[in-house]
Amino acid sequence: MSQDLVTLEIDGRTLQAPKGAMLIDVADEADIRIPRFCYHKKLSVAANCRMCLVEVEKAPKPLPACATPVMEGMKVHTRSPLALAAQQGTMEFLLINHPLDCPICDQGGECELQDVAMGYGQSVSRYTEAKRVVPDKDIGPLIATEMTRCIHCTRCVRFGEEIAGVRELGGTGRGEHLRIGTYVEHTMSHELSGNVIDLCPVGALTAKPSRYQARAWEYRQSPTVAAHDGVGSNLFVHTHNGRVIRVVPRENESVNETWISDRDRFSYAGLDADDRLRQPRIKVDGVWRDATWEEVLERCADALRSAAPERVGALLSPSLTLEELYLAQKTLRSLGVADIDHRLEQVDFRDDAAAPLFPWLGSTIEELERADAVLLVGCDPRREQPMLAHRLRKAALKGARVSTIHAHDLDLSYPADAQLSGNTRTQVLHLAGVAGVLAESGKKLPRLLADLVAASTTEDAAAIDARSRMAAALAESPQAHLLLGGDAIASSEFSALRALAGWIARTTGARLGYLASGANATGAWLAGCVPHRGVGGHSAESAGAHVRAQLEQGRDVFLLAGLDPERDLADPILARKALTDAGFVAALTAFSSPVLDAVADVLLPVSTAFETSGTLVNAEGRWQSFNAAASAPGEVRPGWKVWRVLGNLLGVREMDYLDSRTVRDELRAVLPEVDFGNDIDLRLAHAEVPPAHEGLVRMQVRGLYATDPLVRRAGPLQASPEGRRQDTVRLNPQDADGLADGQRVRLRQDGCETELTLVLDASVPPGVALTVAGSAALAELGPGGGIVTLAAA
Amino acid sequence: MSAQEQARGELSAHVREEIDDWLARYPEDQRRSAVLGALRAAQHEHGYLSTEIMDAVAEYLRIPAMDVYEAASFYSMFELRPVGRHTIAVCSNISCMLRGADDLIEHLEKRLGVRLGESTPDGKFYLKREEECLAACCGAPMMQVDHVYYENLTPQRVDEILDSLES
Repeated sequence: MSQDLVTLEIDGRTLQAPKGAMLIDVADEADIRIPRFCYHKKLSVAANCRMCLVEVEKAPKPLPACATPVMEGMKVHTRSPLALAAQQGTMEFLLINHPLDCPICDQGGECELQDVAMGYGQSVSRYTEAKRVVPDKDIGPLIATEMTRCIHCTRCVRFGEEIAGVRELGGTGRGEHLRIGTYVEHTMSHELSGNVIDLCPVGALTAKPSRYQARAWEYRQSPTVAAHDGVGSNLFVHTHNGRVIRVVPRENESVNETWISDRDRFSYAGLDADDRLRQPRIKVDGVWRDATWEEVLERCADALRSAAPERVGALLSPSLTLEELYLAQKTLRSLGVADIDHRLEQVDFRDDAAAPLFPWLGSTIEELERADAVLLVGCDPRREQPMLAHRLRKAALKGARVSTIHAHDLDLSYPADAQLSGNTRTQVLHLAGVAGVLAESGKKLPRLLADLVAASTTEDAAAIDARSRMAAALAESPQAHLLLGGDAIASSEFSALRALAGWIARTTGARLGYLASGANATGAWLAGCVPHRGVGGHSAESAGAHVRAQLEQGRDVFLLAGLDPERDLADPILARKALTDAGFVAALTAFSSPVLDAVADVLLPVSTAFETSGTLVNAEGRWQSFNAAASAPGEVRPGWKVWRVLGNLLGVREMDYLDSRTVRDELRAVLPEVDFGNDIDLRLAHAEVPPAHEGLVRMQVRGLYATDPLVRRAGPLQASPEGRRQDTVRLNPQDADGLADGQRVRLRQDGCETELTLVLDASVPPGVALTVAGSAALAELGPGGGIVTLAAA
Repeated sequence: MSAQEQARGELSAHVREEIDDWLARYPEDQRRSAVLGALRAAQHEHGYLSTEIMDAVAEYLRIPAMDVYEAASFYSMFELRPVGRHTIAVCSNISCMLRGADDLIEHLEKRLGVRLGESTPDGKFYLKREEECLAACCGAPMMQVDHVYYENLTPQRVDEILDSLES
């Protein structure tokens, strides 16, 4: 190692650094502060702001520390007269065109330009000429622009090119006329676009929903964890008088690096939604009124006491904290209730026995970026798990072969190795085709899969080629991953996909992983919130009924937690019928909704993840605990406390928790050495050849901003292009049948009907009508996978 | 090329052929390199680069539209708005200035009735604000009309040159 190190001196301190390291990194490591604007450790070196000029002995002029590699014997001065003069000169040029509007600038107080001007600039400006003014363009509901303040560091431009993979911002014009922007009217739509707000060293790009809400020094900063996907990005929440004003990333290299998705950044905007519940509510003779906690909890306890345990069903959101989920099942199981499920979107439970102890990513998040091959089945990473999509992109840029089998061809932001798309049956057969290729190469195919593989034969040369590429990539790569995404898990043929994926993974040595929807799906399995498994994956004493069976059979009492029934449950019509027919429905929820108003008997207002302490277990099995970051409005209480009090009322033993930490520790202590295995026992698996469909099949895919009740109420996210996508149905142009792109259409399925905007989209395969799961417009329809017809509205 | 084609941002077969020729000179993964040649071909046919045409070039090159906007807006040789059919660019850099370029510009502005950077209302002439120096100092003062250099100019000579241009 020693020959890879060089010795150099910065400001009189002798340092050792790896050969080729940049001076600015070495100085940062040694806590020697060098001013900078364009440099960012996650972006390429641009060296265009010139702020980091330092004196290097024997160099004829000051050198930019961000672009100067360290060399043996180098002597650097960051505060010598020459360095200071260079820094002052740069600062003076940067300030020439910068407006003096700091008092009305959102960045004021946390502005890198202010800080560096204070530290390295002069106190007077010699510039008396006119300053340039740059007109702004509206770039969407998330990011406010004030481009006159821009100092052309190009961090945002490099972010788009290097991290996002979509060049939405660029630098047009030259010299004095250079401006950073979109050139045309364009709404920033990338799922990570909000990160340019943090990257911008000045107030040119700021968070639009937070604009003019508070000053940087007035915020209270609390660390927390994002509760919208399986990554669990680390966050800082900034509150003012207990209200969340904005959310920024908290650096954690192994989870979210320095980034967060727009979903995690702006979901807080839903906290103040009009339908936020602030008081317990009770329905008496069909009329809602406010109530006390005692009243609603007694009412729930009465209902649970008087109902037969097997006539009680509990449907829990996979985004609830571990503590809520654990206490919910503890309370209910102690009453003899076994029908507990968090798999709200799942419809195929035929292979429940084959499920691993807890389905998880199958690797760490960091390992994903070292993958050589990835096959994504029913997984749209950019919409389901944006920060994982970023890791996959890094892998792809290093040469990983990424392929997809999905309802439509995905825009991955890098070229896919192969893409296959189609309806549920077609997707299963494509995956069976991949298995078939492996079987032909001599791998012994189990009997279970023989029919599927036989049915998968096709004459389509493109499909044959794609399947071969997928099989080869998995088989040839030292580190391959096969990931089943939220759309696969929600598929009506999930069991077949899982059986195929299990065999393919085992045969090729690929790692099998699951990317379930929700922030705590992994935790829900560990906490025993599935009907057939108890805490830690032990088989439940008596297996209960899964979500679909509960809804189909009906129950006298339903407990719902953290969900909008018409948008979170796979079959909104079935859900509404079951809930309407139930004798008693209680909902622990942060929000009311028209359907809850209609079907529920009591509404218990509980905190969102921003307002409660708790733990989320992310897709890689990482436990992340946090405290409440904001105060909840009105009479809202944390969910774990509500379950605890309900447990107390029902006489559940050992329910005297004083804080959520004790709950977590109790769960942790009873967890066995958990087996981190996703391996599938094919003897327990199920695989059938899916039935063929005649006609246009409505496929549902996870939407970026339709994931959970809070996100659905976040106005800025809903106003973005991805939010509006929920109101569309997408067809291949050849299926248009006289209908025009952009026109409102009526979509009919099984006698039910809804209105959507038609988008003709060549990435959708013929025969598929693509809709977004969780869309408000689909609340009056049956489950995805049905046959639909379209007509002009 | 019809006005409709321009509005829809369609590249003619000829432009596509020319772009293909440029593409052939660079490695397949360096398609962006062909952007200047492609824009020159497109501007030659359309007179200027509308956003639609730039988008069509980007699509044809399979590169982000922003790459095209950046390149087109950087170079003063590319026009981003409609201009007159004949582009007149008078150099006013040091040599030409000393030899009377300012008088030529004043003469042109008076004759054409437009200021530097404007086009005549009949769409015949565009008096470009040149970004200099055009490297013809030994023949100063000079101007460039539609890619052709004219040197040792006087107002009379300028009139003759303009008169000789068709439509």
